Amino acid sequence: MNAVTSDVLLSAREISVRFGGVLAVNKVSFDVRRGEVFTLIGPNGAGKTTVFNLISRIYTPTSGEITYEGISLTQRPAHEVASLGIARTFQNIELFEHASVLQNLLIGRHTHRRTGFWQDMFFTGAARKAAVDDRERVERVIEFLDLQHHRDTMIAGLPYGVRKVVELARALCAEPKLLLLDEPSSGLNVEETEDMVFWIDDIRREFGITVLMVEHDMSLVSKVSDRVLAMNQGEVLALGEPAEVQAHPGVVEAYLGSTQDLSSLRRPGS
Amino acid sequence: MRFIFKTSYEQDVKLAKHGGHVLWYGLLMVGLLLSPWLLPEYWLAQLTFVLIYSVVGLGLMLLAGYTGLFSIGHAAFLGVGAYSEAVLTNLGVPFPISLAVAAGASALVGVVVGLPALRVKGMYLGISTMAFGFIVAEVFARWESLTGGNAGMHVKAPGIGGWKLESGTEFYFLCLAVTVVSTLVILNLLRSPTGRAFVAIRDSEISAQSMGIHLARYKTMSFAISAALAGLGGALYAHMIKFLSPDQFDIVQSIDLLLMVVIGGLGSVHGAFLGAIFLITMPQFITLAKDFLPDVIGQAPGLKAAIYGAVLIAFVLFEPLGLYGRWLKMRTFFEIFPFYRKGMFKRQKSFQKSDRLR
Amino acid sequence: MQFLQLVISGIAQGCIYGLIALGFVLIYKATETVSFAQGELMMLGAFLGLALMTMAGFPFWLAVPCSVAAMALMGMATERLVIRPILGQPAFSIVMLTFGIGYLARGLITMIPGIGTETHTLPVPYKDQVIQAGALVLNIEQMVVIGVTVLLCLALFGLFRFSKIGIAMQASSQNQLAAYYMGIPVQRLNGLVWGLAAAVAAVAGLLLAPITFVHANMGFIGLKAFPAAVVGGFGSLPGAIVGGLIVGIVEALSGFYLPEGFKDVAAYVVVLVMLMVKPNGLFGETMRKKV
Repeated sequence: MNAVTSDVLLSAREISVRFGGVLAVNKVSFDVRRGEVFTLIGPNGAGKTTVFNLISRIYTPTSGEITYEGISLTQRPAHEVASLGIARTFQNIELFEHASVLQNLLIGRHTHRRTGFWQDMFFTGAARKAAVDDRERVERVIEFLDLQHHRDTMIAGLPYGVRKVVELARALCAEPKLLLLDEPSSGLNVEETEDMVFWIDDIRREFGITVLMVEHDMSLVSKVSDRVLAMNQGEVLALGEPAEVQAHPGVVEAYLGSTQDLSSLRRPGS
Repeated sequence: MRFIFKTSYEQDVKLAKHGGHVLWYGLLMVGLLLSPWLLPEYWLAQLTFVLIYSVVGLGLMLLAGYTGLFSIGHAAFLGVGAYSEAVLTNLGVPFPISLAVAAGASALVGVVVGLPALRVKGMYLGISTMAFGFIVAEVFARWESLTGGNAGMHVKAPGIGGWKLESGTEFYFLCLAVTVVSTLVILNLLRSPTGRAFVAIRDSEISAQSMGIHLARYKTMSFAISAALAGLGGALYAHMIKFLSPDQFDIVQSIDLLLMVVIGGLGSVHGAFLGAIFLITMPQFITLAKDFLPDVIGQAPGLKAAIYGAVLIAFVLFEPLGLYGRWLKMRTFFEIFPFYRKGMFKRQKSFQKSDRLR
Repeated sequence: MQFLQLVISGIAQGCIYGLIALGFVLIYKATETVSFAQGELMMLGAFLGLALMTMAGFPFWLAVPCSVAAMALMGMATERLVIRPILGQPAFSIVMLTFGIGYLARGLITMIPGIGTETHTLPVPYKDQVIQAGALVLNIEQMVVIGVTVLLCLALFGLFRFSKIGIAMQASSQNQLAAYYMGIPVQRLNGLVWGLAAAVAAVAGLLLAPITFVHANMGFIGLKAFPAAVVGGFGSLPGAIVGGLIVGIVEALSGFYLPEGFKDVAAYVVVLVMLMVKPNGLFGETMRKKV
């Protein structure tokens, strides 16, 4: 794997994080190349979402380095991550419950605000222009994800599947270069997952956004990912193309248990 | 039921969403402008109080209703504005400057009070604002050289140079102007990135951070604006009641302000006004009702507190969306008659999303 | 010597704050509701004791348990009537409701003709008695406060550690939904918790009454219990008592050693300092939302 340095968008080097006595992430290293879809897989508790939280600076690594476009992230405060071009969705949906879908998406565009506080207070011409512009860009995302029906609905009144899509939409409204998706298909039915596959593919091809994803649905992973990193117990198990990682014995063992255990699952006589 | 067919993005951005808005609010403005000639002097004074409390209410609504930050000591900001205005006016400073300074001083105090907000949340913040409230009230009482302490302080009428606003009508128009400007400022904020950032902080701080919202800066901003409005209201209040004493800005006043925004309807601009109307007219109703009640109830000193308490409990139990919520429900009932169903505005009951989740 | 005298009276006052804070924390732990009505419940307990002793002619040793029991019932009734229907609403609304309960209680008491607006003395058997311990003059009233607080704390400790109800209360306070699934009658327990908190407030009121007299504004003294709870760390029962003691002692000392006015705000200065230094209080736990 010869990664040309300018090709690499995000680089994690030996990152570890400890919570009390628990080593949640242990010397994890990987590179995410520009324009690819890179997926983290692993059983529950493997530390995948923790890695996300380290990248978006909700947690601080106890050791190791995270570099994005050559800039070190580990010293930056959480709110600066978005302005660098990294957007994310959350595993348990962290939408703004008492606002409408439209307002949620507009908040997603916060890093692109061009007006200061005083301009906002008096709604100057610049503020008005920026507002219309934001509204238009948000509409493009709404169109892309077919959310027209729900534009003015309060989040609190939306079903789960739609909320997941709104999470994605909100992240896209930030016009990021790197998109972190935490279990985008969890809780979605077959149709909705199919839609998600198409969308992630479109995001990569049409918008040129690099996607870093945590996923459990292996079919989605195989259909959409360029490379896969398997984790278990906070450590890296395997890294490579989806097929080779899924066949890796360590990965199989982590998900299904050791091959000896499989014998107890076999029906008698077979 | 009114359906707004949108043909341009501008429509989503405008304040007046359709012709009806323009008509009714226009009529309201005309009514307010003509009030000095339509209302007897006493009621004009009450209306002036409503405007003053609305300004304060707008600030508190922004802080508590839209940014989700508890402020149980808000009367402190009211007091800072009131005393600043009193001191400056008594020194002969023209009112545009003294009002601005009063708002500015309150904003500064607001920033200080808001400092704990950067580290603590929810109830802890509420109690720290309450603590500040008590401390500021005590400062008013002890700093006798400036405020006259517990003996109180007289306030002269506002003016610029030789021209003084001494009549009720002149002062009313000043308050009306301040109220209109404050309302527009708040409405503008709410439809802009700043206002949306406040809402984001209220609903999910972690998410807001991931969207690039600098929590500390926006929380401080919210406290500052809210305090500035309270200070502005306080400055006008000082001229209305003409005599200040520290006990006018105690915890009871703070709770009254909170009562106002909760009964008005938390999270709506209308709520600030409806709450102010409630706060000012309730005592009038009680006074009127006293004549119809047996003496034992009517003349009892605790009647006002008991009624306020009962009304507050009733609203939280039966009408959590406040007066504005009740108005919305009634309006929807008539708009879509006969299709209105009882559960339309029912709030989804969440199994208390624990604040303490690890 | 003066210093020790002040500390002791500070401890006594601190015990009162601690008891009110205890009720406050009990309710918070069980239902994550913040109840600002505790001060007024204390006031009601004191008035109830007064009424039983002066009007019904009950002897002290009968009036006390009766008023405590009656307040417990009132606490349970409050929970059933006004708190239970609104669980699930945002915390702010619930807090406002408790303010409303406080207002209502204070208003109703003030409305009672003759009694409401006056200040009364509670005829306790140990009134105005003192013990000389060397150079120290120990006020029996203060000693009773401290003694009863210690006993009450021990009783509550026993309740929560060893009894089934206590363990059930802890369970439902940590995860309501799971407690439901385990067959714990969460709503009934919440009622019990409110009853317990009201009873503790009543005890505080009866203990405080000989020192400050019984009057309708007693509840405001209770406001200082909230900073005490924060100092100790929300959600920590021993913290509530410790917080109360700290506030009480600082208050007593600042009343003597610092210029006028500091005594009234001592509690609030302490809480602000604590929030700056250790935002979760002395015994509070750092909680963080897992995303």
